[in-house]
Amino acid sequence: MSNIREAAYMIAAILFIVGVMRLRNPATARTGNILAAVGMLIAVVFTVIGASVGNLVLLIVVFVVGAVIGTYSSRAVKMTAMPQMVAAFNGMGGGAAAMIALSEALQALSHGSYPGLSQAIPGLFDMLVGSISFSGSIIAFLKLQEWMPGKAISFKGQNAVNAVLLIVLVLLAISILIVPSGDRLALDWILIIGSVILGVSFVVPVGGADMPVIIALLNAFTGIAAAAAGFVLQNDVLIVAGALVGSSGTILTLIMSRAMNRSIFNVLFSAFGSKVTATGTSEHGEIHPTNSEEVAMLCAYAQRVVIVPGYGLAVARAQQECKDLMDVLTARGVDVRFAIHPVAGRMPGHMNVLLAEANVPYDRLYDMDDINPEFQRTDVVLVIGANDVVNPDARENPGSPIYGMPILNVDQAKTVIVNKRSMAAGFAGIDNPMFFKQNTKMFFGDAKGALQSLLSAIKEEVA
Amino acid sequence: MHASLLQEIFSFVLAVFTGWSLITKVPPVLHTPLMSATNAIHGVLVVGALIVVFTAAGPSQIVVAALALFLATLNVVGGFVVTDRMLEMFRKSPTEKGQAAK
Repeated sequence: MSNIREAAYMIAAILFIVGVMRLRNPATARTGNILAAVGMLIAVVFTVIGASVGNLVLLIVVFVVGAVIGTYSSRAVKMTAMPQMVAAFNGMGGGAAAMIALSEALQALSHGSYPGLSQAIPGLFDMLVGSISFSGSIIAFLKLQEWMPGKAISFKGQNAVNAVLLIVLVLLAISILIVPSGDRLALDWILIIGSVILGVSFVVPVGGADMPVIIALLNAFTGIAAAAAGFVLQNDVLIVAGALVGSSGTILTLIMSRAMNRSIFNVLFSAFGSKVTATGTSEHGEIHPTNSEEVAMLCAYAQRVVIVPGYGLAVARAQQECKDLMDVLTARGVDVRFAIHPVAGRMPGHMNVLLAEANVPYDRLYDMDDINPEFQRTDVVLVIGANDVVNPDARENPGSPIYGMPILNVDQAKTVIVNKRSMAAGFAGIDNPMFFKQNTKMFFGDAKGALQSLLSAIKEEVA
Repeated sequence: MHASLLQEIFSFVLAVFTGWSLITKVPPVLHTPLMSATNAIHGVLVVGALIVVFTAAGPSQIVVAALALFLATLNVVGGFVVTDRMLEMFRKSPTEKGQAAK
């Protein structure tokens, strides 16, 4: 039987890899996800078949309850809340890894044996990393859900405190290894609780703008924790799948921090957004407010319009209005494109998902590098609920905290129309001098309402 | 060190390289679904949780193992469903779109 199980695990691992392979292309992505899910089903079924199954009733009850809650919450969640949903599920995985390791330790001890180093080390690693991933993801969830303040919360010497806590926990884990004692379980619990605290104090000082990086990093943590659980249980499918996710999460983390032109260390340890720095706020001059009629004329008679969506669009749930605007303008022969900054929204690709929800064809979505050379030949740029990703300070002002971050060069277009609810600063909490430029017009209002009035203005003016 | 440990490390290292080379090629459009799908794949922890539930005996072991299974099930089921929801919205062209909209 164990040979059949190994073969099933191999098929599952292949399906995971093929699934991820198909996720590289929008046309095959959905089947890729389904293949991976089929692989998971195979792994689960062949884990149960032929095993000496104890606690069967409990197992079924817990599994069904978990599956129902998981399905319901992921069906009910709004598309705008996707990032925090991923964070929450990731945290569950981290907690599961820690509990698997603890459970294995409990069972070994009850048989009066201590596991060998090749299982004890990954077990302790799971308790440490799994718990950090658990509590860190919960904090990321709470911040994105805005149940706690999104901005960076930090105190002086926080990094030092975290470093000391990490060192203490690692020393504790080592002492558990080399001094087997009757208190092993109490020490395991102290390790887990300490790691949960470390996860909290590790993510709390990270500002909301950096949350995507944190989620990617914690996703990698849980992946590695899953691989470690595979070493604990000597289970190949856990090792392979965990290692796959560990490396993918690491890459996504690097991509994200590169898009913000910040090193991963900077993201983790600088409490970005907590310090409002040297930019000064006053001497920008005047803004130029506009209204839907003027915007309608500008857009309707343009050759090319580029729409830059940001998180404000997601919050207002105005993606459908965006699509309608595209249709109306395209019908008039206007070349309409969407410019997607890599960190628009709160997760890589978040904007793409939202626009896909409104049936915007993905060949209309342009990445930053593809669209940036086009802005000089663009008549109208419509910035909807985005701020930091179009802030020219990133290019021009070495004193700005976002200096060096690649941005969409929308200020090179003939006219820039910025839709915002107010003059409040963006997610990163910094000023945007572009709002005061001659060719920038401020179109105030909630994104949904503003786009609706723009749509009806276009229909009236040019019908 | 037992012989199978080396084999386990071997699988681990190969899988790390596989994941690395696969994922460097993903376009930004798919970063959120990719993160979500890999999040579901580490839900393979459910396999580990099942194994510890099988052998759990006594109240404290059972509580910890059941908690592991509950958390892992949430991760794996929620992860795949959320990813599927994201991906079902990707449309290739206006014609496909029309069919889907009907």
